[in-house]
Amino acid sequence: MKSSSPRSLQTVVIVLVAIGLVVLALGGYFNPVTNWLTRITVNAQTWVSGRYMAIVDFLTVPRDVASLRQNNAQLEADVARLQTQVIDLQQQVTETNILSALVDFARANPEYSYKAAAVIGRDPSPFLRYVIINVGSNEGVLPGMPVVTDKGLVGRVDAVISEAARIQLVTDAASAINIRMQASNTEAMLVGSITGDLSLDMIPQDANVQVGDVVLTSGLGGNYPANLLVGQVVSVRKLQSELFQQAAIQPNVDYNRLQYVLVISNFKPVDIAPLIGTPGP
Amino acid sequence: MRRAILTAIPVLILTIILQTSIASRVMLLSGNADLVLLVVVAWGLQERASGAWIWGIAASLLVGLVSGVPWYIYLIGYLSVVGLARLLVHHIWQAPLLVMFAVTLIGTLELLILMFIHRTLLEIPLALSEVFFQIFLPTILLNLLLAIPVHALIRDLANRLYPEKEAV
Repeated sequence: MKSSSPRSLQTVVIVLVAIGLVVLALGGYFNPVTNWLTRITVNAQTWVSGRYMAIVDFLTVPRDVASLRQNNAQLEADVARLQTQVIDLQQQVTETNILSALVDFARANPEYSYKAAAVIGRDPSPFLRYVIINVGSNEGVLPGMPVVTDKGLVGRVDAVISEAARIQLVTDAASAINIRMQASNTEAMLVGSITGDLSLDMIPQDANVQVGDVVLTSGLGGNYPANLLVGQVVSVRKLQSELFQQAAIQPNVDYNRLQYVLVISNFKPVDIAPLIGTPGP
Repeated sequence: MRRAILTAIPVLILTIILQTSIASRVMLLSGNADLVLLVVVAWGLQERASGAWIWGIAASLLVGLVSGVPWYIYLIGYLSVVGLARLLVHHIWQAPLLVMFAVTLIGTLELLILMFIHRTLLEIPLALSEVFFQIFLPTILLNLLLAIPVHALIRDLANRLYPEKEAV
């Protein structure tokens, strides 16, 4: 009995101290201490975990590098393949846009029938502004047929073989086309040059030519259909001492970047040479 | 001779394809390189290679088929550069690149002058100064720039076709 009393008292004291600590903890009185302990513990665990992972990395690096290299090579191959696909698709989109524009042009001008062709080359001579297309007499293309794009006049067929044809561009120095200016209804002669620039000649002195006037084919001479768009006037040169005015033209078509063209296959050029005759005595 | 013909046709057709599809589109002002001329000159400078005249004739006929310039202009131009190349290669043989440059320069000038005369005879108005600065100078520059690589390629081709015989 004597020996159990102090033990009971000790138990009661411990229980009371424990209850007191719990109450203090629930009251938030130990928060600074627990925060400090938690921070130390987390830092210690972070350090230990970091060292452990470093050791694991060190032990497994050779195997991972080989795997990474393999993955990298695979990814690089995938990137190269996808880049090729992107380029192919961009090319297809560009071609589709061009062909779509050509189809729109053909629909807007139903009076003509067309043969679509790709431009596959240029004349080797720097003196000539000719291009080569991939349709020829097998497709019904004949010399003299006009060639256009959705943006306007390109030129005319100069020579044909079975599978290809050579086109003389309107920018060729030997090209001369009868045109009219839409605003003033003035007729003139469109001529090319070795530099590829277009200009108008034979404009009457009394004609009122303005910058921005739209230039269309007139159809005179029988080589081209009427009303095909050529370009716009960008400058006018008028000298009283000369018989005619001259003008520089900004073509609507970029002749250096021709990719696809339309050959107007139902237009028959008229050869007026026999009607011109020779001067009499 | 048969080997020269069999080699000339595919090489020249390939050259013309490259010329019309690439070289003629790469313009400096209004001039462009003449790969066919360079190939004909380079072949004419290969001492062991035979059939240089055949190369000149074949080149002029093939280019004449493609170009708006008549074939006889190319025939005169290419045959004369072959003749010049064969003449010079026996005199300045120690410096083949120098001969390549010289024949390229003279051949380009000659061909361009022939084309200019032809266009002038057709009464196409061409200003000489414009032609000189827009066509002559850029074309000569491009041809001279391409002379070295074309010469190297053709020399390799000739060496493969006509290997040097070892002295016994």
